[in-house]
Amino acid sequence: MQIFAYIINKNGKADDTALELALAAKKLNSDAQVTAIVAGSGVDSVCQEISAAYNEVWKIDNAALAYPDGEIMGKILPKLLPENAVLLLAHEYLAMDMAPGLAIRMNSAYIADVTDIEGVDGNVAKLIRQEFSGMVSTHNTCDMSDGAIITIRPGVFASEETPSAGGSVVDKSGDVDIPETNRKYLETVEAEVGDVDISNSEVLVSVGRGIEEEDNIEIIKELAEAMGVDYSCSRPIVDAKWMEKSRQVGTSGKTVKPKVYMALGISGAFQHLGGIKGSPFMVAINKNPKAPIFQVADIGVEGDILEIVPELTEKVNELKG
Amino acid sequence: MEILVCVKRVPDTSENEIEVNSEGSDIERDDLVYSVNEWDNYAVEEAIQIKDKVGGNVTVMAIGDDESEEVLRREMAMGADNGILLSDEAFEKSDGRGLATILKAAVEKGNYDLILTGAQSDSGAAQTGAMLAAMLDRPFASLVNLIEVIDDNTLKIGREIDGGNQEMHEIKLPCVLSIQTGINEPRYVGIRGIRKVASVEIPTMGASDLGIDTATVGDAGAKTKCIDYFVPEMGEGAEMIEGDTDEIVEKLVEILKAKGGIK
Repeated sequence: MQIFAYIINKNGKADDTALELALAAKKLNSDAQVTAIVAGSGVDSVCQEISAAYNEVWKIDNAALAYPDGEIMGKILPKLLPENAVLLLAHEYLAMDMAPGLAIRMNSAYIADVTDIEGVDGNVAKLIRQEFSGMVSTHNTCDMSDGAIITIRPGVFASEETPSAGGSVVDKSGDVDIPETNRKYLETVEAEVGDVDISNSEVLVSVGRGIEEEDNIEIIKELAEAMGVDYSCSRPIVDAKWMEKSRQVGTSGKTVKPKVYMALGISGAFQHLGGIKGSPFMVAINKNPKAPIFQVADIGVEGDILEIVPELTEKVNELKG
Repeated sequence: MEILVCVKRVPDTSENEIEVNSEGSDIERDDLVYSVNEWDNYAVEEAIQIKDKVGGNVTVMAIGDDESEEVLRREMAMGADNGILLSDEAFEKSDGRGLATILKAAVEKGNYDLILTGAQSDSGAAQTGAMLAAMLDRPFASLVNLIEVIDDNTLKIGREIDGGNQEMHEIKLPCVLSIQTGINEPRYVGIRGIRKVASVEIPTMGASDLGIDTATVGDAGAKTKCIDYFVPEMGEGAEMIEGDTDEIVEKLVEILKAKGGIK
């Protein structure tokens, strides 16, 4: 089995997922030759950086690839990879753009957002992933006889250990023609800077869908004020335009690293948890006892935030006199 | 502009506790509240807003059993012009490729300039739109959170990437886009709106109507299969505080204070 890993690189650095994919590949097949693919413009340092973890690194250096574009890479890779290749990618915005289409173009199996690998029996991989916003997990089989494209949830294979394969860098740039596409990258618009930078907050009072209505947001602000800390939110609150985007915690929002995090009416989707770093002390209040947030929180309360939060504010105010 | 939006009827995870059935073969589906997949609802709203600006038609399409009709009607009550149901026993247990195969066959029966899907649905795979685009050999963008019509052949789109940043592209029609939540504010649908479309006929097409080889869809065509459902053991989990609200609040304040949560 030939396993490949697509390496995300930004500003001359390999993404953390580069090593995670190497570990995932080893878990899929410990004897497999694992080849990293690094595409971009001026990627020598990235290739060197990860070469120890892979048997081989394929370098695709081309000025036209300076910005990682899923439409372009999605047409380059089927020509470059062997027909029945197994390709691993990190399940994030570039993979969501290109990986499923790649599976169609290569006639390979596709499985997304894998959270664990149980092993391989013949050509069939047994993989774990989640459904229904992370509320249940599933065992899945993936028939890799015609190759497979597998996206791996970022962070699940994070480890102190670095696989040591001691690979060499092979320049494949000459094998690649840049295809014409009907989608052209224009620019990246940076996120707006809000009034508060929650990425530096020591304590966050964070609210999710459990708040139910816009008017109720006030009770969260009151609690944050009483505690003397900042407030933040999960995605649905920003989607509903009840708070500014700059207060959204998660992979598509801000990455925060507080010491204490209060998750109020937040179910705990992995995209939200992905934005919380540094293992804060977490207090979760949620009506749903099965909410995934209770699996990661230190302290949990099964209950309605609309009832508990105002009482909590009052108690904090009392304490402060 | 002829716009197609692919929608799915899903258990509403904000309204339900999802539990695994005793055999582990599925989730417990009795008494679940179903609704349209949240991402799809934003996609329909976006389609209607584009139609309102440049004219055209919005068609909503779902793969599923008869109950998916209710979802199509809801989206028609929002303002979609037509609904089409793709229904066949052979479609059951399709993987992403199978679903895209069914949709492709249905797309080829029409003449759509723009095809929208939700960025993801209950399975969380975020795959169907991208696969459909590849099968149709049309340009594709995922996680779209902005659409501007430039001219008859071109859209300017934004993609939501990490850190709240937005990746801007120009994309040629015909194309396929998967829509991220938050792109707009979906309109409210009242009972009256639903009643208005209650008797509109929704054509149903099966595998033979669509010329689909049933070996390529459903369980038969799936390279990826879900074999069972389970609730993972996740270590210790949270220490749960119990009691009446007073007791809970007292405890919480004590803990927050000890951990430096109160400034």
